[in-house]
Amino acid sequence: MTLTAAPPEAGATHGRRAPRRRWRHAGTVAVFLLPSLVPLTLYTLVPMVASLWTSLHEWDLITEMRWVGLGNYVELIGDPGTRAAFGHTLYFIAGYLPLVYLGGLGLALLLNRAMAGRSLLRGIYFLPVITSWVVVALMWKWLLNPASGIVNWALGLVGVSGPGWWTDPAWAMPSVILASAWKDLGFVMIILLAGLQAIPKEYQEAAMVDGASAVRRFRHITLPLLSPSSFFVVVISLINGFQMFDQVKIMTGGGPGGATQVVVSQIYDLTFRYGRAGAASALSWLLFALVLLVTIVQIRGQKRWVTYG
Amino acid sequence: MKTRTKVAAALAAALLASACSQGSATKAPSGEGGRTTLRYFTFSAAPDHVKDLDAIVAAFEKQNPSIDVVVETAPFDEYFTKLQTSIAGGTAPDTFELNYENFVTYAGAGSLLDLGAVGGDGDLSAYAAESLNAFKRDGKQYALPASFSTVVLFYNKDLFEKAGVDLPTADWTWADEQAAAEKLTDRKKGVYGDFQPVQFFEFYKTLKQAGGEFLSADGKKSAFDSPQGVKAAEWLVSKVGRTMPTEAEIGGTADYDTNLFKSGKLAMWHNGIWQFAGLKDVPFEWDVVVEPGDAGKASAVFHNAVAVSSTTKLGKEAYAWARFLSSSDVAASTRIASSWELPPVADQQVLAGYLKDPKPANRQAVFDALESIALPPVIKRQQEMQDAVTKELSEAASGRKPVPDALKAAAAEVDALLG
Repeated sequence: MTLTAAPPEAGATHGRRAPRRRWRHAGTVAVFLLPSLVPLTLYTLVPMVASLWTSLHEWDLITEMRWVGLGNYVELIGDPGTRAAFGHTLYFIAGYLPLVYLGGLGLALLLNRAMAGRSLLRGIYFLPVITSWVVVALMWKWLLNPASGIVNWALGLVGVSGPGWWTDPAWAMPSVILASAWKDLGFVMIILLAGLQAIPKEYQEAAMVDGASAVRRFRHITLPLLSPSSFFVVVISLINGFQMFDQVKIMTGGGPGGATQVVVSQIYDLTFRYGRAGAASALSWLLFALVLLVTIVQIRGQKRWVTYG
Repeated sequence: MKTRTKVAAALAAALLASACSQGSATKAPSGEGGRTTLRYFTFSAAPDHVKDLDAIVAAFEKQNPSIDVVVETAPFDEYFTKLQTSIAGGTAPDTFELNYENFVTYAGAGSLLDLGAVGGDGDLSAYAAESLNAFKRDGKQYALPASFSTVVLFYNKDLFEKAGVDLPTADWTWADEQAAAEKLTDRKKGVYGDFQPVQFFEFYKTLKQAGGEFLSADGKKSAFDSPQGVKAAEWLVSKVGRTMPTEAEIGGTADYDTNLFKSGKLAMWHNGIWQFAGLKDVPFEWDVVVEPGDAGKASAVFHNAVAVSSTTKLGKEAYAWARFLSSSDVAASTRIASSWELPPVADQQVLAGYLKDPKPANRQAVFDALESIALPPVIKRQQEMQDAVTKELSEAASGRKPVPDALKAAAAEVDALLG
């Protein structure tokens, strides 16, 4: 009796109470999210909206803002300095991304093998990742000092006259790329290492039993199954590349002769050197648009090469 | 249990929110014991003259026991970034230092208090008239001149005597300087004959020395892409790698030239009189002379002033401090006694004290330099102009661009900034 009577009761109760319970649930979630939601709103969303507003004005930080509509965008798009900055950023990415990915992959493969001191080496390679950019940039600036740096001294020992590194416009960007790849190598290595360890051993063993060579196993098992991790590090490294600033600010200050002036250092100079916060905000949005576009293309494109499971 | 976690989460959120609201710099201006706190922001005191400024502050506070002056310093390179952001953020210091080149920007932006309006009596006869005028705009006194300095040629007497080269005199021209620099340079020993940075500030001055002008008479176009301009730039660029170290040799080392001169490996050095104090204890003989000229003489003069923020609630107190810092006897004598920059006073007796200091012997050169001065060109987009000129000059200095091409490119950029 009770059994037959109970279901409709429960069902009715359920039907009536569910929305309220769901709202109560949402309320609980919101309370727990507050600690991250508040700073996110205050320090990311609000400034983003504010910078969109600022980008439509001319503003030197000390006078009232003056409305210029899309004037900043029009000016920036026609400005050779802006085009040069985007060019330098792309140059950086073109050098940095392959170097950091292939280097990281090599290290991950190496340190995935059973060998003595493996954990220690993993730790050592990860050390630069958690080191402050200021320290790393100053260290590389010193290593690559054309007159008294260790690198040119070592090159001199083998009879090579070292280049001017960051004091020479042709070598300045390669210097920055070298330092950046060195610093981020450990990050790529750790992500790929985790990816490698997630590949079931059975696949490799089965392929071995079938007589597949090491190269074929790498190409047809390791690489495809590592592709989700590869995708992740490529997306992250690319965004990092677009946003890079610290190393340039410290190593070259955008020089020599503007050879390493990238988009973000241009944004910084526009705001704080030239008192043009409006133009700087507009440039930030242009950069955002580019990063968004590239990321969308990557996510769309991942179907072609990323294998899950 | 559930309620308790909710309360805990809410508490954590509230804590975080309150943590965010702290750290705001907009505090009511009140010090201990009812004293009013007055903020002063400066670039010229650190690192060598913080104590001297403290002495001036102490004398002021003794006279004005109700005011507590709080000094904040920043290196020149970062100073204007910090000043700008503090004004934008509504936390501008009550009083701050400005140099002549940046004064126009801030006065034009309405960031400065009209000192005539708070000054009352308006007796400014203690100041040298030309210094006072430099900080006037539209007939209003927006800042009070606090110090000035000139650039001279420093030279290492010992190096000259060892090489048997005649010491520089006030009659020297570029040709004399170059001949001496070549004789004095000994790369094997790491000794250089000359040091003059290839940048905007040296360029507008050497341009004037060559008889050229930086801007057209109406100030609407650049005028430095001229035969005189090419001559001035060639003069600066010709030193690099010959009598002066190259960019790669300097390797971005901070204070490279100062250390080179102090270590006795630099014969001639174009620099400002603010270096006097730092050279007190070097183990060799040195002196100064008015910089060599070409078609004529021209020396750089740098003026610094103290301004009052237009947003301060302490107009009267700020004005009192600005007056004291710029024209009191204590301030003037402190600046002179410590070989800091010079006080812009009308009374020549006060300045005479500066000449009593025995080192460097030819202190008179500091004043002789004032006889024909080159003031920096000032435009609204000042920093962009300075950067553009310096960038093109360094292109020429490293040999990547012929001098005339570099000047043409710089002139085009400056014209765009003026347009």
